Order: sequence, then C-alpha cells, then structure tokens
Amino acid sequence: MKNKANVVIIGGGVVGCSIAYNLAKKGVKDVVLLEKSYLSSGATGRCGAGVRQQWGTKQNCLLASESMHIFEHFEDILQIKRDIELKQKGYLLLAYSDKELEQFKKNIVVQHSLNIPSILLTPKEAKEIVSDLNIEKLVGAAYCAKDGHANPFQVTLGYAEAAQRLGVEINKFTEVKDIITKNNTALGVQTNKGFIECKKVVVAAGGWTQNIVKMAGLDLPIYSERHEILVTESVKNVLDPMLMSFSYNIYCQQEPNGSFIMGYGPENEPPSYNMESSWEFLETMSKKATWLLPPLKNIRVIRQWAGLYNISPDRQPIVSQINQLEGLYVACGFSGHGFMLAPAVGILMADIVTGDQLTYNVILDLERFNRGEIIEEPSVV
Amino acid sequence: MDENKVIICRCEDVTLKEIRDAIREGFTTVEEIKRVTRSGMGPCQGKTCGLLIAKEISQMTGKPMEEIELQSIRPPYGGITFEEVTKGTVMENDK
Repeated sequence: MKNKANVVIIGGGVVGCSIAYNLAKKGVKDVVLLEKSYLSSGATGRCGAGVRQQWGTKQNCLLASESMHIFEHFEDILQIKRDIELKQKGYLLLAYSDKELEQFKKNIVVQHSLNIPSILLTPKEAKEIVSDLNIEKLVGAAYCAKDGHANPFQVTLGYAEAAQRLGVEINKFTEVKDIITKNNTALGVQTNKGFIECKKVVVAAGGWTQNIVKMAGLDLPIYSERHEILVTESVKNVLDPMLMSFSYNIYCQQEPNGSFIMGYGPENEPPSYNMESSWEFLETMSKKATWLLPPLKNIRVIRQWAGLYNISPDRQPIVSQINQLEGLYVACGFSGHGFMLAPAVGILMADIVTGDQLTYNVILDLERFNRGEIIEEPSVV
Repeated sequence: MDENKVIICRCEDVTLKEIRDAIREGFTTVEEIKRVTRSGMGPCQGKTCGLLIAKEISQMTGKPMEEIELQSIRPPYGGITFEEVTKGTVMENDK
C-alpha cells in the first residue's frame, strides 16, 4: 500500500469506484481507494439493481439520463470487457389516484425537456405491457422503455478495473481508523494497514459516511436506515419492466437471469445500522407482490437481505466539498438511488476535486441546506 | 479432469474453471466469488458449492480452510412460495 497519495477515496462501492475512475481519467495521479471489506460489499451490492430516468426534477432527470448513456456504452467508454447485464425493458410507474397521475404528467413534461422517452398509459395499456398485472384500482401509469436494470457488482468491478488500469491503487479489506487533520486541513488517513499522507480525502462510504466524517470531527445531516429486499427462484421471463408504485409502495422486477427482485420502503424504521432480515418484511412483501402480480403466488422466495439507505434532509445526494475542512469531500445521502446515479456522480466529484467547472448544471452541494435550496423530488420510494 | 466439465454450483451452472479464473483474478473470498460468478445465488444458497469454493481458495492461495469464511446464510432457509407465506406455512406432505 502506498504511504503517500494525492487523493484517498474511502469506500469501494459503485460511487467510490466511479469517482476513482473519473479522477484518474482526468489525469489525477496517485489516487488510492480504501474499502474495509470487498468491493460492492455495502449498499451497492444490496440494492435493487434498477436504473431509471423517470424523475420529477430536472437535475435528477439529467443525472439519470447521463448515467444511462454511460451504462448503455459501458464497455466502450471504460475500455473494459465486462458484461454489466444492462436490460432496457422499461420502468412502469403505477398511479393509484388522480393526484398521482397528475404528478406523472408534470414529471413527463420535465423528462421530455431532456429527451427522456417517457409516456403516459391507461390501465389497459399498462396491462398490454405486463399481462399478469392486477389493474384493479389502477388509474394510469407512466412508462419509459429505456429504463431498466444493470448488475451492480459488475458495474462496480468495471469501474474498479478501469480505474486500476489508469493507475489507481485499490486496497480491499483495508479499514479506515482515523482522518488526521491540522489547522482545519486534511493531512492523511490512518488505516489498519498503515498511514497514508494525502492532500484530499473523498468519503463515499454509503451508510457509514457520517461515521467516517466524524473521525475528522465533523457532523453531516445524514442518517442510515435499513431497507429490506428479497429475491425469488429463477423462472422463464414473464415480466419485462420494473414495476414501481410510490403510493402502493413497492418495486419489483425480473432480472435477466429470471429471478424476481423486490422491496418496499419501510414505515417507522428507526435510523440505525441494522442489516438483519425480518419476517415482517417477508410477510408484507409476499402480500404486496401477490396482489400486484397474482401468478407470483406459486414462485419460491430463496433469499432475503437488507442494506442501508443513507438519507439526506431532502432525500437527494450530497456531492460536495466540506467548507469547514480543507481537502475533505463527500458523496453521500443517495437515499436509495446511488447505483443508478453513480456514473454521473463520479464525473461530478472529479470536477469538484480538481476544481474544474461542473460538467452538469446541478446543485448537490452541502451548503444548499443552509441556503434553503431544498430539492423537492416527488418520485421516490 | 477437465475443469470446464466439473460443475461446482449446480443451481447456477458454474464450472470449476470459472471459479479458478475468479480466484486468479484476485477474488479470494467466497462472498466475492458469489458476486462475480453467481455461484451460491441459486435456490440452495451455496449449501453445496460454498465449501467446494472455500476448498479451491484454500488450495490456490495457501490459506488454511478454517480461516476462510463461508457465504452469509440468508433467510428463508429453504425456498418458500409467496402463497405459503401469506397463508401460513404449509408443509409439502400436508397438501
């Protein structure tokens, strides 16, 4: 392991690896990435693997569509051989009230301004796309055929491989113990394998980001929350798009290998680092899934697990430098959407660290909370 | 022995060659190999392949077997249908 670096990135999930690759691509030398376990062992490897462009705010639509462009050309852009299992069979967003449908209409106007090919559907048209869908109580739906799925492990490893090829040193199973500072300036990172002196530290540690930043004596307005998910046995392909409802509170899709993967946003879940599975989740999920897609009743659940959402005050990412400490940067608070936004976030963070003009016209800095510029995204699970 | 013809993970059809390639690439834990190859992601959840993979890791890296962690065991322990969950568990023989 190097004992001196230009930039140390803490966190080997998809965001950390994307940042590492994009920094190296910009020509930054001596970038070192630290991961306490294996790559994608945290939130990335536990996520629902969906990639969608149907958002309600312009900047989310922009980041998502730019990220989708990178997913679409992943092997060419990164110059690697790794199949990320991109499946673009759409996201079907379900509306169960007129109010929800009105919101979808407004969102589509925003999406169209960025050429995202979303459309509004009647319940009958939704059923033409998903023949097993229960359309009882359904008022309408929004659909974007270019949304879909990608494999989070392969995407993370793809970024890591490309970053290493450009000179980034990746240290797995290396735990950060302290961030050393002096006169409000970062001086280096202490790990269980030694000290690395560096000018800049980027924290992209998912659910543990606030703990890492605390090592430098700072508090971030983010917290972590358990979200559960399950996967079924693999069966023949019967469901093309990701099904998602904000009001019925569910997401469910069939992966390219034939397994269904699904989850919902927990209610009254306290902030914690709990990653245990619960029987309550299995029971509620079973009821939700079989109501939405009745033929699923005969399919077997083979595995359930949990991961951490890292949640910010407006449930939008924080991709920012930290003004109180020279040389400290964070990419956190993804609130469940880190995987699908990671390609664009890596580019943004590389701009911020190198002091270049931002590639995308977005506001994701930490100071927005002090300025009162809260981003109101209507479309989150 | 043709390592292309030896199946290590029966649920996901992963061969010995694929496991060895992953170890050579630097994935030296069962959890990493699971994510790279899908071994252990099928219905048996690695009950068969987990140990076989650990043995390969041990042989190729020289790390003693007892120091190699197996994959996390996740609920439910055996496959259960959504209907069985929603109606209460019904054993196969009771039907």
